[in-house]
Amino acid sequence: MWKQIEGSRAIAETVAMCRPQVICAYPITPQTHIVEGLGELVKSGELAGCEFLNVESEFGALSVAIGASATGVRTYTATASQGLLFMAEAVYNAAGLGLPIVMTIGNRAIGAPINIWNDHSDSMSMRDSGWIQLFAETNQEATDLHIQAFRLAEELSCPVMVCVDGFILTHAYDRIDLPLQHQVDAWLPRFEPRQVLDPAEPVSIGAMVGPDAFTEVRYLAHNKQLQALERIPEISGEFYEMFGRESGGLLRPYRLDGAEIVVVALGSVNGTIQEAIDELRDQGVLIGSISICSYRPFPLEAVCRALMNAKRVVVVEKSLSVGLGGMLATDVQMALAGRRQKVFTVIAGLGGRPITKASLLKLFRQAKADALESVTFLDLNWNVINRQLARENATRRSGPAAESILKDLATLPTKMV
Amino acid sequence: MPFQQIKFYQTGTFTVGNRLLDPAVRTVQSDARRSNALNCGHRACRGCGEALGARYAVDAAMRASDGNLVAVNATGCLEVFSTPYPETSWQVAWIHSLFGNAAAVAAGVVAAMKAQGKNEVRIIAQGGDGGTADIGLGCLSGMFERNDDVLYICYDNEAYMNTGVQRSGTTPPAARTATTPPVGAKPGNVFGQGKSVPLIAMAHSIPYVATASVAELHDLEYKVEKAIPIRGARYIHIHVPCPLGWGSEPHDTIKVARLAVESGLFPLFEAEYGDVTERTVIRHRRPAEEYLKLQKRFAHLFRPQRDEERIAAIQAIADRNIQRFGLQNGEARP
Amino acid sequence: MLSIAAFLEGRHAQAFPSFGSERMGAPVMAFCRISDRPIRSREPVTQPDALIIQDPTLLNQAGLFEGLQPEGYVLINSARSLDQLGVASFLKSLPQDHVLTVPATELALRYIGKPLPNSTLLGGFAAMTGELRLASVLAAIRQKFPSKIGETNAAAAEAAFEQVKQAVAQPPLEHLCAIREETHVEAD
Repeated sequence: MWKQIEGSRAIAETVAMCRPQVICAYPITPQTHIVEGLGELVKSGELAGCEFLNVESEFGALSVAIGASATGVRTYTATASQGLLFMAEAVYNAAGLGLPIVMTIGNRAIGAPINIWNDHSDSMSMRDSGWIQLFAETNQEATDLHIQAFRLAEELSCPVMVCVDGFILTHAYDRIDLPLQHQVDAWLPRFEPRQVLDPAEPVSIGAMVGPDAFTEVRYLAHNKQLQALERIPEISGEFYEMFGRESGGLLRPYRLDGAEIVVVALGSVNGTIQEAIDELRDQGVLIGSISICSYRPFPLEAVCRALMNAKRVVVVEKSLSVGLGGMLATDVQMALAGRRQKVFTVIAGLGGRPITKASLLKLFRQAKADALESVTFLDLNWNVINRQLARENATRRSGPAAESILKDLATLPTKMV
Repeated sequence: MPFQQIKFYQTGTFTVGNRLLDPAVRTVQSDARRSNALNCGHRACRGCGEALGARYAVDAAMRASDGNLVAVNATGCLEVFSTPYPETSWQVAWIHSLFGNAAAVAAGVVAAMKAQGKNEVRIIAQGGDGGTADIGLGCLSGMFERNDDVLYICYDNEAYMNTGVQRSGTTPPAARTATTPPVGAKPGNVFGQGKSVPLIAMAHSIPYVATASVAELHDLEYKVEKAIPIRGARYIHIHVPCPLGWGSEPHDTIKVARLAVESGLFPLFEAEYGDVTERTVIRHRRPAEEYLKLQKRFAHLFRPQRDEERIAAIQAIADRNIQRFGLQNGEARP
Repeated sequence: MLSIAAFLEGRHAQAFPSFGSERMGAPVMAFCRISDRPIRSREPVTQPDALIIQDPTLLNQAGLFEGLQPEGYVLINSARSLDQLGVASFLKSLPQDHVLTVPATELALRYIGKPLPNSTLLGGFAAMTGELRLASVLAAIRQKFPSKIGETNAAAAEAAFEQVKQAVAQPPLEHLCAIREETHVEAD
């Protein structure tokens, strides 16, 4: 059913249709509307048979989810940024225990400096934890991915993160086709756990594993995600059969035919990238893009195939591996290991800085002319940088960098960055 | 706990056999049909107070819940010695998640059971003092505040024993631990720190809070069995000597625990909705010193010379407890 | 609400605020894109086709009109004239009927009983640009606000529509319209 609805609200209504039995969450911008929406649906009785817990921290939230999932019920939570880090121990724990929890990440930057706006540093910080990570390009996909996530998680006994750009998607009103309850019921099977806390058949879950078997257990976790590489496209196909929409999958190509430059990105920025590509194609530039949906497991083969014929690859990512450069770019380079493509890493959109079509057009033209460094920070204000470096060189006690920079920028409250 | 008048057949001792008690009041452990939830074969130290306490507590919980029990365990000595890879000594549905989240995981188990309509299953969460008072306090408070239907049992051996006897939020003043070494002008743990989790629990006004000790095993079972059927958040804090960490003799575990009770340093009481409702009156009051002397972790208070000031300060703590909780002979009901 | 109104007309729309820390009295911006094709772009609106200024004290902001299209619309919530507001000369390059004021706060006070001019302004916008039908705007308002509040807001919006309509000739519908709205965060 078509609705003009806030992304968060669409996610809440869709998750409710998946009939979770335990929902718990701790509020953090920009996930709040999702959880509030679900809380309302539980309280009003619209989402029946579900226990909703207001917990005392994100660590508490995922811990409650662990307990509930281990007891054999479909479980959901959501967080972002600092909250994801606060529950980090539990994130690894849930994956290690093989509990099929689904969690929405309203992608937001991690401080310091504190920043409530969108980038991918949060989910990136947990990319090695064993959770499957799916990125939504649009709000439509964000809602659809949650349904697919429960199915994927429960089949494989592996938790799944659905990553949705904070504010840009979570707080935007979009035209979304929400599924109907009977469709979801027909498509999403009952949760049949592999392990469950049951007094009638007691088992010990979470025991220590020594050097003798730890590697094997870890390999099995890795293997599970390799299996996911097969299942994810299949599930996307099965989703299409029921709901009539292309959603999910490993990655989505855009105008790759004859493309000499291919742009790679995660999430909502792909929309703006596609607009830029259309404009350049109209001018005869052979450029295309791929939007990666399954970030973990990383689809090495699919990425390699998609980029095989490109000369230059521009990875536009909202993440920074401090001291190295890109994160997504590093994974892409692994996919292209031994091949001749030039890969340009572009760090963009950190802390919510808008990625504009204008900047992208300029960037892609530079790539075409091979006039890009291997790692570029898009729209970096070199004035500010140089002044801060000079300040730091001049005196030891140069004060908090962020404060000095903000004074430099002398930003008026309503001036757009 | 309820009392039954018994004639003593043996003089000069306080020995009273279970067979003289009404079957309904006999201990769980005396029953061959007990669940043995924490089965033998675990790797606890000789004389481990926690193994003793846990065995009594969980079997009592199993009897009281008719075997309908799920246990959530924090990381710590109990979890480690009970599940030495590749074995488990638990014969009850059991999960170990992390160090600080037992209360939250238990809340999740409760929610899931409720969602499935399984209202007869009872959930216990258990952890040591580290996992309860320190790293676990956030989740514990959350569980209390929500009044989640969980019985949380804390086995308090007053330090992070599993990792090598480091100081915790319940380590008593002057005690030696690896991080409060017996050196310098004031050897051992400092005065003026520490927290009482039972009092913190009471501050949340939850339905039931109790302290117990392995010195009073029957009382311990009673309190667990009382707590199990109560709906809502419940907390039992059990004092469990650790021979290794306390430097006491393994065969002295119960004796040491009893001295803690009889000196007043570990008050036994029950509370409901924030108010103390029952206390165990001390039969024969002991000076705190007698308790301290049995443990090497307090040795520096006596050698090379007596630290009168700090011994007196500890005695003062005992005195205060006795007054505060009404533990004197003849004052409150036994 | 604008995006809902467009949706009700079967069009594509995307609406999002510029996400600042929300505190009472702080200036905020909100954006809306309306199109007949699916909207892919996720960047903020920097070259609006229309600007709705809900709080005229913001007129002193530098760069407020930056990026406004040459044939763009400006609707200012004020009971004063453009001359009195001091913007008449600044905006004189725009077509005459594209820059208007409407006393939305006063209308809101009259119809709703509170100085909340948001929905009222949308009625004015519909009349000024012809981008949306009044019926769609009113339906969107009623969808967003429950019963009586929806009615009073709709009434205020309609009043603004009528006022603005009288001030302009009916312009043709646009295919792609991007609007930027400036306002202070309101305390309820």
